[in-house]
Amino acid sequence: MSRILNFHILRHNPADTESRPELVTYNLEEAPGMTLFIALNQIRENQATSLAFDFVCRAGVCGSCGMIINGRPGLACRTLTEALPDEITLLPLPTFELIADLSVNTGKWMSAMNHRLQNWVHLHQKPEIDRMEPPMEPDLAEAIYELDRCIECGCCVTACGTAIMRDNFIGAVGINKVAHFRLDPRDDRSDDDYYQVIGDDDGVFGCMSLLGCQDICPKELSLQTQIAFIRRKMAMKGLFPEK
Amino acid sequence: MKVVYTDVLVIGGGLAGMRTAIGVKRRGLETLVLSLVPAKRSHSVAAQGGMQASLGNCVKGTGDNEDVHFQDTVRGSDWGCDQEVARLFTHMAPKAVRELAAWGVSWNRVTRGDHEVVIGGQRETLTAQDRAHGLITARDFGGTKKWRTCYTSDGTGHAMLYALGDRANAEEVPVHERKEAVALIHDGKRCHGAVVRDLISGELSAYLAKACVMATGGYGRIYGVSTNAVINEGIGQALALETGVAPLANLEAVQFHPTAIVPAGILVTEGCRGDGGLLRDKDGHRFMPDYEPEKKELASRDVVSRRMAEHMRAGKGVESPYGDHLWLDITVLGAAHIDKKLREVKDICNYFLGIDPAKEWIPVRPTQHYSMGGIRTDYRGESPWLKGLFACGEVACWDMHGFNRLGGNSVAETVVSGMLVSEYVADFCEDEKGGLNPSVSLAETFVARERRRLQQLCDREGGESAVELKKEMESIMMERVGLFRNGTDLETAVAVLESLLSRSRRLSLADNRPGANPELVLAYRLPRMLKIAIGVALGALQRTESRGAHFREDHPGRNDREWLNRSLFFWRDEEATRPEVEYQPLDIKTMELPPGFRGYGEKNITEHPDAPSRQTEVDAEGESSGADRHLLQDRLMPFRQLLPEKYRGDNERLDELPE
Repeated sequence: MSRILNFHILRHNPADTESRPELVTYNLEEAPGMTLFIALNQIRENQATSLAFDFVCRAGVCGSCGMIINGRPGLACRTLTEALPDEITLLPLPTFELIADLSVNTGKWMSAMNHRLQNWVHLHQKPEIDRMEPPMEPDLAEAIYELDRCIECGCCVTACGTAIMRDNFIGAVGINKVAHFRLDPRDDRSDDDYYQVIGDDDGVFGCMSLLGCQDICPKELSLQTQIAFIRRKMAMKGLFPEK
Repeated sequence: MKVVYTDVLVIGGGLAGMRTAIGVKRRGLETLVLSLVPAKRSHSVAAQGGMQASLGNCVKGTGDNEDVHFQDTVRGSDWGCDQEVARLFTHMAPKAVRELAAWGVSWNRVTRGDHEVVIGGQRETLTAQDRAHGLITARDFGGTKKWRTCYTSDGTGHAMLYALGDRANAEEVPVHERKEAVALIHDGKRCHGAVVRDLISGELSAYLAKACVMATGGYGRIYGVSTNAVINEGIGQALALETGVAPLANLEAVQFHPTAIVPAGILVTEGCRGDGGLLRDKDGHRFMPDYEPEKKELASRDVVSRRMAEHMRAGKGVESPYGDHLWLDITVLGAAHIDKKLREVKDICNYFLGIDPAKEWIPVRPTQHYSMGGIRTDYRGESPWLKGLFACGEVACWDMHGFNRLGGNSVAETVVSGMLVSEYVADFCEDEKGGLNPSVSLAETFVARERRRLQQLCDREGGESAVELKKEMESIMMERVGLFRNGTDLETAVAVLESLLSRSRRLSLADNRPGANPELVLAYRLPRMLKIAIGVALGALQRTESRGAHFREDHPGRNDREWLNRSLFFWRDEEATRPEVEYQPLDIKTMELPPGFRGYGEKNITEHPDAPSRQTEVDAEGESSGADRHLLQDRLMPFRQLLPEKYRGDNERLDELPE
């Protein structure tokens, strides 16, 4: 006999002036291998046709479906219902603009953050694409990819005490991005340049080291290490700017 | 009515769209990108295994070049491709990889000295030369003579899309996210832009441009189980089709990938087999060598998929509550390799199956994966029927894949076609003929039409349910328009799909709330998805042969005499329930590689009368020239004149440099 799951889902549609936020309960029979992706689609098909939520890849690689699952941020697509109790509460990620129900505008937030930190390779020179590529140490290429694996899902931002208190805090996602470009020899920026964009309380010095980001990162990135490393480098820059 | 003006409107924020927009911006034109989702969430991000480019840096890539890549691509297409386009593509792929390297993609690199690999289930040692150390390496993929697939672990699409997204930020390319194009604005001869719906506010607006570039990906979601992201619903193709002017091509050419996990339908990369993984049946027997002794697990995707299905039909599948499946065994590669080179695969196995692929076999079966068909374009990416409408990437039938695409050639196509189409579209805009005084009154007509349709949908009561019709479409496509096809099933499929389309003209909503309304979005897309589905089924019904991924059990041979052509689908009558299908022949007399046997799969070909004489001509050129390969190639089928001047240079390679 399979379980009956009770989903308590936050419903709110800001575009509708009548709408007030409320938790609505939907019941669903659990099936083997059921994920929250499958469950939410079934609820939408049969019980709540206008329920808004975001999935794209439904395979854990695009970062669309971050939400608060029984109090903890995570990717809904790869959360199996068997890992959860009968009572399941789903809330949209806080700190991002609410679109409707479980759908939030992480894209807008990430885009603003990336523009602010100038998150792109600042090129030494125009690539000569007919010629052999410049060599790179294989280990270095792998180390860069390791930090490049972030999917900008926003889970680390919602798990962050500072981000909840301070609207402009760039979060672990932003600091990891800087660490990524700092490691990349193709980017010609110096620590002085990075200090300009993250050397303040909205940047790396705002971090309170609560490490919620590291605890919940769905890609298991080494966020704690990156933050500590960048903070140390930026502190040195702040204390001894001439070096 | 809100109107947005730009020079080039790019619809779709994946790899093809982003690279196009960057190229257009660099030509000094205004551009903007529309995306259904944040652009970095596009389906491109899910590409795992890699991107083909004939760099020839790794040991097993030595001796690779454009010619070998070209031949693999044409053979892979089962001679259904446009060979000029395949030439443009293979020439550009190394440039694309190197450009992406400069923009920050951390391609895996060659390490000097000995390293252990698994080939055909056996451990071997390869020794990389010193001077290749640090150059971009490659892995093996199906249907290729050389190891040519450049990769970053198994997150290649992610690395590429993020690098392009970052580059677009750097060059200030505006991306309008959560916007959906719902109609193309056109006057029957020229495309003027698109009607766009905001997916947050529901607002309609007109985007007017000198040229539109469609880059919206494939149509896998007309099938119930697909490896595609949920946004790959074929709407880009449908918008072009609904102009009544621009045709789609080769819709019946639908690829099934051999290894999607059961039951979720999530892909695990071909890199698993490329790196040495094996397919096994319910007895643990490695069966592919029985069918394809030469290429084994690494025959092209259509062949491996069919062999798997054949083997399961023979009772060798593993029974499960979700139907039969086979096993993919990557335990032979070892945990260290999987942790580094196949970590997404490991995560997928862990989260969705609860298994460790270093210790247990992965349940897999062939699943819908790629759409070779799409908006028919010329080599410049433009629709010859509707000026100013361009397309690139999976949405297009630019036609380098023909009837079967090789793994690693689609991510490569996205950036290569983006590089080229951005130049051609910029040329078009700068040309005198490209000038356009976008017609606001025309735009108003189109916006008013869409507004009326949306309102009708919201007002109608007691009509059909989009959810129900969609389920019926998905199941009929799965059951009757799948890997193996036959006339009887396809006739039924066409009839059922036509009736679903008729019913879809009377959809109504259970809840017509304002703003973000997923039910409205589905209802608005469904009739368009049905039009594509009908095209796929009808094209498959009429094509009484087997070519590449299109396989007819009642016509198992490839018939070049009657079917060496491209199918074209026109939807000229809005009220019709099926498209008009026409055929465009492929000209053997201009082919560099005349039709022959692919070297894997069944050898069952009805030859075209022009094939032997063209082969004689090609052989004679080869014998008489004795010249270098570029000169010979140029005599057989010149293509460089078609390239933008800046891309005409030869690609440098290690083994073509002095020691």
